[in-house]
Amino acid sequence: MTDLSAADPGFGRPKRSILTASDRMRRRNAAETRFKLYGVIAITISLTMLAIMLFTIFRDGVSSFYQARLAFPMELSAETLDPKGNRNRDEMAKVTTIGYQKVLAAAFKAELDRRGIAQEGVSDKEIGELISKDAAGQLRAEVLANPALIGTTIDASVLAAGRIDGYLKGRVTLETAERDSNVTPDQLRLAEQLRAAGMLTSSWNWGEAAGLGVALLGSAYMMLMVLVMCVPVGVAASIYLEEFAPKNRWTDAIEVNISNLAAVPSIVFGILGLAIFINFAGLPQSSSIVGALVISLMTLPTIIIATRAAIRAVPPSIRDAALGVGASKMQTVFHHVLPLAMPGILTGTILGLASALGETAPLLLIGMVAFVDNYPSAPPEGFLDPATALPVQVYSWASRADPAFIERSNGAIIVLLVFLVVMNVAAILLRRRFERRW
Amino acid sequence: MSVLMILAAILVLAVAAYVLSRQRVLASTGGNPRFLHSLPGYYGWYGALSVLIPALGALVIWLIVQPMVIENRISTNLPAALTADATQAELTMADIRRVAGGLDAAIGQGALTEDAASTLSTGSTNIRDLLASVGVALAEDVSPEILSAAQDYREISHWGAAGRTALVIVLAALGLFWGVTRAHKDFRARNRVEQVILALLIAASSIAILTTVGIIWSMVSETFDFFTKYPFQDFFFSLTWSPNFRGGSELGILPLIWGTLYITLVSMLVAVPIGLFAAIYLAEYASKRTRAWVKPLIEIIAGIPTVVFGIFALVTVGPALRDWFAEPMGLGNSGSSVMTAGIVIGILNIPFISSLSDDIINAVPQSLRDGSLGLGATKSETVKQVVLPAALPGIVGAILMAASRAIGETMIVVMGAGAAAKLSLNPFEAMTTMTVKIVGQLTGDTDFAAPETLVAFALGMTLFVITLGLNIFALWIVRKYREQYE
Repeated sequence: MTDLSAADPGFGRPKRSILTASDRMRRRNAAETRFKLYGVIAITISLTMLAIMLFTIFRDGVSSFYQARLAFPMELSAETLDPKGNRNRDEMAKVTTIGYQKVLAAAFKAELDRRGIAQEGVSDKEIGELISKDAAGQLRAEVLANPALIGTTIDASVLAAGRIDGYLKGRVTLETAERDSNVTPDQLRLAEQLRAAGMLTSSWNWGEAAGLGVALLGSAYMMLMVLVMCVPVGVAASIYLEEFAPKNRWTDAIEVNISNLAAVPSIVFGILGLAIFINFAGLPQSSSIVGALVISLMTLPTIIIATRAAIRAVPPSIRDAALGVGASKMQTVFHHVLPLAMPGILTGTILGLASALGETAPLLLIGMVAFVDNYPSAPPEGFLDPATALPVQVYSWASRADPAFIERSNGAIIVLLVFLVVMNVAAILLRRRFERRW
Repeated sequence: MSVLMILAAILVLAVAAYVLSRQRVLASTGGNPRFLHSLPGYYGWYGALSVLIPALGALVIWLIVQPMVIENRISTNLPAALTADATQAELTMADIRRVAGGLDAAIGQGALTEDAASTLSTGSTNIRDLLASVGVALAEDVSPEILSAAQDYREISHWGAAGRTALVIVLAALGLFWGVTRAHKDFRARNRVEQVILALLIAASSIAILTTVGIIWSMVSETFDFFTKYPFQDFFFSLTWSPNFRGGSELGILPLIWGTLYITLVSMLVAVPIGLFAAIYLAEYASKRTRAWVKPLIEIIAGIPTVVFGIFALVTVGPALRDWFAEPMGLGNSGSSVMTAGIVIGILNIPFISSLSDDIINAVPQSLRDGSLGLGATKSETVKQVVLPAALPGIVGAILMAASRAIGETMIVVMGAGAAAKLSLNPFEAMTTMTVKIVGQLTGDTDFAAPETLVAFALGMTLFVITLGLNIFALWIVRKYREQYE
């Protein structure tokens, strides 16, 4: 052998060292780098999109929690607000909101004159329009609740009109005002002076004018009912399928059904709710109970899948031990398996509820998109009252063309996301705290 | 007795049955629980269940049957003109219920006595004003037939309520007696109670089947109704969609299917490469720490509600595409377009594809990779020529499921795709999908006799069949072509 290699030293030897890459190797290495780069690019794109989305929502939404307010002293004169002079609530209620609007506008104008703020190019009517239309109604309610205010001078702090609010937030500018029939550039110049004089300020506002409260309560009612209806049924179904079910056609059918229901588009559940709960069973349209029923049916497969995984994770030795000391099958499951699976079940439930909280499409079909102004009454009657939900509110504000509503819609999303983050963090913490490896 | 009171009474009897049965069985062994067949609590539960099951069952059946019986009896006494067809009969019954409810309210507020309410006649009093005074507004004056029917209605309901209370309480008492007398030390109480629990568990797991049945039944019956009013060949083969609530609508599904498929195609073109490359990178290249950070971050996308993506499409993506692409290229000036909706749905589907593919790629055994690397292949060659072919059925399944999600997606297309049903190839034009039209036809004031409303159920049925078919196909592919590695 040695002779052979000695005889032909050039045989089979590479023409160059393997330490210097050949052209082909270079190409293959370049392909390798490119391939890796594609992966990095894919991840970067998806995370960038996520970042852009969250960024635009927070940029546009945070300002909806601020509201421009006008502050000025105001005399509540008895002649106009209580013409009979007897402080009788029913008599005073005859002065309409429009009456209060005039009082507000007059007091505002008087304060401008007193401070000597120039008002060229702005008519008296336009000065009154700087005040929000809601302000007069609020003042009227306040005065009717407390008639002793009449005849005194109060420091009024009223909401400014939407466009003025938009001006402070930079949404409305002098250029857009030219084209806008609701506001004139002169009004904006006046607002600028007011801001310099300290009469116009922007302050934190918990959304009383934005009207998130009704939607929040509607969502809370629905989640409560989903929790009560969905979790016991889901857990019971999982226990049966995981621990008791014999292998036959009926249980096979159930299994196939659950996995298919998890993939049915959510809007189909809306159709189901409309046809069965509203048209057939006659439950009231746009009530939170119909919403909760629909969402429960949608969430059920998710909860069943999570619960079954949690039950399966309990090792068989636990069951064998319980059965060995004489427990019945039912006692084994309820006394031993279920408590051990509880953290997993809770985590799955919270995640299922979090996705149910953001569900919108089926609620549109059962009429929860209708404009709801009143808070639903207390349970259980309140479950039948017309209600709306947080994600539906987001949609109905977004579908109006006015940028002020887009801002509110983003504000509502922030609230919704805060709830989702809280729920998800709770689920993660639960998992960390109680996770057990057998 | 009101239903709530009856429930309270049943509950009290059940608690009594629990306590009595438990005491009785302990007494039967002279207070020594070791001679019992089951733990004492089970005897208590047996007693309580024998109160609850018959009483609650009878209550539920009565509550469902009573209104049907009453309406049946009332409508046989009504003049034929008032019950001419189904809609008319329903309106009449609603009137009767309203008047009866008004009379109840009047008695409740003291405006009428019980006797006066049952002898009231339209000749002597103006019923409409009377009821308006107690807060029940009627659309028109009450005819004598309606009034007497309402009075009958009240009378029968009263008897019904009395009968309901009597029956339920008697059943509960009998149950209590039965349960307590059965409590004896040799009685196998635990087995009986466990049978009941098992029945409840089975009932809970059957809800999934009931839901499917409900979905299919609700859509099939209304779809059938729709096809009796609108020819099905026009629905499936017509190229125009122009609903008109005054009649003469053209309800062809083809433009909607085209819009749906076009948007799905665009979304898949976004989601599949990005999701797949992200999954490959995470499974094959990323260090443990990168993976621990990046994977949850990508999954955040899946946790964001779709309405938020809808706003993103409406406010950010739509205008950006319009200003930077569509208008400079002269392809249109609409913010909502196939591209807008498709890209945003694509983003929504990235985490879906990437986590499913990630799991599948991780399930390919390491020995295959080692073999390939040992033969001198680079890592990317291993992925392309060994790992991906082995994982292909699973990945195809994941892509099909993602496509079915894109087809059924609603909020993003409602806010980002537009409402015009068109057959066009221009991706920067607004088009619409089946889900948008379901929402459009079913929100607002709807008339469930008009084909313009019923078409939504036919669309829903089509959507359901398409998505279900895709999912079943995906599962079949995964099962059929899955490689078994041992």
